[in-house]
Amino acid sequence: MDNQFRSLNLAKKALKRIKYLTPSHEVKFCHVCGTHEWVITHYGIRSLLPNKIDVIAGPGCPVCIVPAKEIDEAVWLALNKATVLTFGDIIRVPGSKISLAQAKALGGKVKIVYSVKDAVEIAKQKPNEEFVFFAIGFETTAPSTALEAARNPPKNLSFLISHRLIPPVMELLLGIGDLHIDGFIAPGHVSTIIGLKPYEVFPKVYKMPTVIAGFEPLDVLFALIILLKQISHGEAKLENEYSRSVKWNGNLKAQKLINEVFNVTDGFWRGLGKVPASALKLKEKYSSLDAKLKYEIKLNSPSKDLLPGCSCHLVIIGKIKPTECPLFMKACTPQTPKGSCMVSMEGTCAIWAKHGASTKKVEN
Amino acid sequence: MCLAIPAKIISISGVTAKVDFGGNTIKEVDVSLVDAKIGDYVLVHAGYAIQVLNKKDAEETLKLWNEILSEI
Ligand code: SF4
Repeated sequence: MDNQFRSLNLAKKALKRIKYLTPSHEVKFCHVCGTHEWVITHYGIRSLLPNKIDVIAGPGCPVCIVPAKEIDEAVWLALNKATVLTFGDIIRVPGSKISLAQAKALGGKVKIVYSVKDAVEIAKQKPNEEFVFFAIGFETTAPSTALEAARNPPKNLSFLISHRLIPPVMELLLGIGDLHIDGFIAPGHVSTIIGLKPYEVFPKVYKMPTVIAGFEPLDVLFALIILLKQISHGEAKLENEYSRSVKWNGNLKAQKLINEVFNVTDGFWRGLGKVPASALKLKEKYSSLDAKLKYEIKLNSPSKDLLPGCSCHLVIIGKIKPTECPLFMKACTPQTPKGSCMVSMEGTCAIWAKHGASTKKVEN
Repeated sequence: MCLAIPAKIISISGVTAKVDFGGNTIKEVDVSLVDAKIGDYVLVHAGYAIQVLNKKDAEETLKLWNEILSEI
C-alpha cells in the first residue's frame, strides 16, 4: 500500500496534470502546516512546479508561533517555582532574553517529555515537587492536554496553556492586503480533529479554494491539482484530499473534550500580534490547574518577539522566503538560531536550512 | 510537533494500547480519543491515537487520485 502512495509513475502523471492546468497568470497557494513545508521542501516539490505556481508556508509551525511572552513565563516558572515539562522543540526557542534551554543552564528546572501523559506520570512519581506542563500545539495536540486535564491530574501538576487554533489565523492571512493568496492547502492532522466545517467560511465568504491535504508528496501534488481545477473552472470549493484520515465531522470525542475543558479566547502569535478567537484557555471549572493563577508570574520588562534583524514575522506568514532574510545561514543557522523559525523541525527556516532549499524551477 | 504517524494496534488494555510503528518499533499509546480495536491502524500523535485509519479509506484515496488523472 505504501508503495502506491509514493508511486513515481503517479507523481509523473500528477505533475503533467499540474502543468496542463496551470493558468497563464501567476497563482499563489498557502499551506499552514510545518509538516507540509517539510514534505514540499524535502521532496523538492517547488522545483518541479511550473514557474507560475508558488506555494508559500503560512503560520503552520506550532513551535515558531509561540510568543516570547509565553516563553518568558515558562522561563520564569522554571527559574523560580516548578519544573517545566514540555516538548523538545520548544526549549530552544528564544524568549525575550533567554530560552528554556538557557534557563536550564542557569539552574532552572526544565525537562523534555514526549506527551502530556509523561508529564502526569512524572508529577505522580514526585508528589513533593511542583511541575508545570507547558502545553503548546494546535488542534492536533489540544485534545490530549484536555484529556489529561479532565482526568483529574495530580495536585502538584499545573498547566501553562499555549494552544492555538488554525482557522482563525488563516482568516487573518486573508486580511493581509498584499499577500494575494489564491488557495489554501489546509493541514491534515489539525483537520483530523476539527473536520471540514470550520473551513467552510473560506470558500463561502472569501471565495477561496480550500483543500485539506495529507502528507505524502502525492497528497500535496493532488491538492495542487484540485486547487488548479477549481481555479480553471472559476470555482471556490472546500474539498478533502485526505479522506483516509479526515472525516466531515472530524474526531467528535476530541472536540468534545476540547469544549469541555477550554474556552476559545484571543491569542497572541509570535510576530503577528493578537489574532481574535485563536487560542484556548482553561474553563473556570479547571482554574485550579492554571499555572498562571497558581503562581504569580512576574515578568519585569515587556516581552520582545523578534531579535534585531530576524524576519520570522514575515517568514511565518509566507511574505518572504527564508533565503530572503539577510541573516539566513549567516548569523542564523540551526546551531545558532536567531529566530523561532530556525529552531523547530517544523520551522520554515530550519527546514530550508536542512534541505538546502532549491529555488530551481523547471521551464513551463 | 504536529507530526502524526500510523501504527497498528497489537493489544489493548484499558485506555492503553500497544502499537506497532513498523521496523520493530512497539510503543504504548493512549486510545481514549478513538474507538479502535486490535488490528486497526491508528494515527498516533504525541502518545495519543487521534484517528482510526481503515483500509477502505486508504483505497478510496488511491481511487480518487486515479479518477483525478483520468479526467480530461
Ligand atoms: S533566517 Fe533566522 S533570523 Fe532570518 S527569519 Fe529565519 S529564523 Fe529569523
